[in-house]
Amino acid sequence: MIISIASGKGGTGKTTIAVNLALSLENVQFLDCDVEEPNAHLFLKPVISERMSAYIPIPEVAEETCDCCGRCQEVCAFNSIAVLPGEIREHGSVLIFSHLCHGCGACSLLCPLDAIREVNKEIGIVEKGFSNGIQFVHGKLNIGEAMSPPLIRQVKKHVDPTKTVIIDAPPGTTCPVIESVKGSDYCILVTEPTPFGLNDLVLAVEMLKTIGVPFGIILNRYDIGDDCVDVYARENRIPVLMKIPFDREIASLYSKGLPIIGYKSEYDSEFKKLLIKLNLNP
Amino acid sequence: MKICITSEGTTLDSNIDPRFGRCRYFMIVDTDTMEFQAIDNASMQASGGAGIQSGQLMASKKVRAVLTGNVGPNAFQTLQAGGIEIFTGVSGTVREAIEKYKEGAFKKTQGPTVSAKKGMS
Ligand code: SF4
Ligand code: SF4
Repeated sequence: MIISIASGKGGTGKTTIAVNLALSLENVQFLDCDVEEPNAHLFLKPVISERMSAYIPIPEVAEETCDCCGRCQEVCAFNSIAVLPGEIREHGSVLIFSHLCHGCGACSLLCPLDAIREVNKEIGIVEKGFSNGIQFVHGKLNIGEAMSPPLIRQVKKHVDPTKTVIIDAPPGTTCPVIESVKGSDYCILVTEPTPFGLNDLVLAVEMLKTIGVPFGIILNRYDIGDDCVDVYARENRIPVLMKIPFDREIASLYSKGLPIIGYKSEYDSEFKKLLIKLNLNP
Repeated sequence: MKICITSEGTTLDSNIDPRFGRCRYFMIVDTDTMEFQAIDNASMQASGGAGIQSGQLMASKKVRAVLTGNVGPNAFQTLQAGGIEIFTGVSGTVREAIEKYKEGAFKKTQGPTVSAKKGMS
């Protein structure tokens, strides 16, 4: 079973939920798909045993073969190629904007002169390890790199179907989130009971409906806002799986890079109840 | 000679649009005859690579110089590869900009003046 933890916006406690859920389970694998800002390792402190570079294939043009026909630029859906015909300058040129390239391969496939070959560009790394019996995988996108979906796909290749898999998705509702969450059996949306929280929650709910992943809500710091999320959940028949109050001790554990499980025993039973609601065996 | 001025409107008295890739209109003007053509900027809605598409358009229109407020790195690189001169920090109306350009009042820009995606708003 694959359970992803997502949130319409950052800072709602998504990673805290993901980490503590994993710590409540046996035979579990943890995938941190927030490759732009991975931080679950700060809490799980895995011992990394494998480190692999992640690449995407980007085009390289052989100028002597290319006649500047412009076909590659037409087929690129991501505006990452510019063909400048040689009328102003005697020799035309093809510019590749590798930071915009998604590595889809369309340009090299469709070049009529076979002037494009693909070269690997490193976009980040995937690291694998263990932490207290939890198998841990995360990706780290290189600084300045914008293409997170291909790296997320490479992290997800390590999914072990014999385990319960917890996926920590990036915040928001854009492509990287969809890439992380799709294929999950269930998604937990972590939110706060404020108008901003609700606004982003609604967007996240729309996204999950579109990709067809069932979901429920965890309300974090439920006592600092109003009942807007409760009302919304009731009206839309979305289960509220758990409510966590604002708690100075939790905040302090977080700042020290410590999980709740093992440090605040009253939460052991709260997470056990959550597992039952998710039909999981502790 | 043909030059391009990024503009908020479709006449020579329109104000300059300070964005290059995401400007409202491209005014392509023949500096000898003052004949012009206003091109609606279809890239304005592109989610990424607007500067590249716009630079590409300039090359296909055989424009020799671009007068605008700012250019990002992608647009700068594309225009340079097309051998097109870039003048930034230009303001006022399209007509004023052309006059000043003819007087040689502007200095060529040597690098991008904003980061990518700046014109998104
Ligand atoms: S499709 Fe091939 S030949 Fe045509 S411009 Fe692109 S690289 Fe050159
Ligand atoms: S590989 Fe795909 S995204 Fe990259 S330049 Fe070619 S067509 Fe564009």
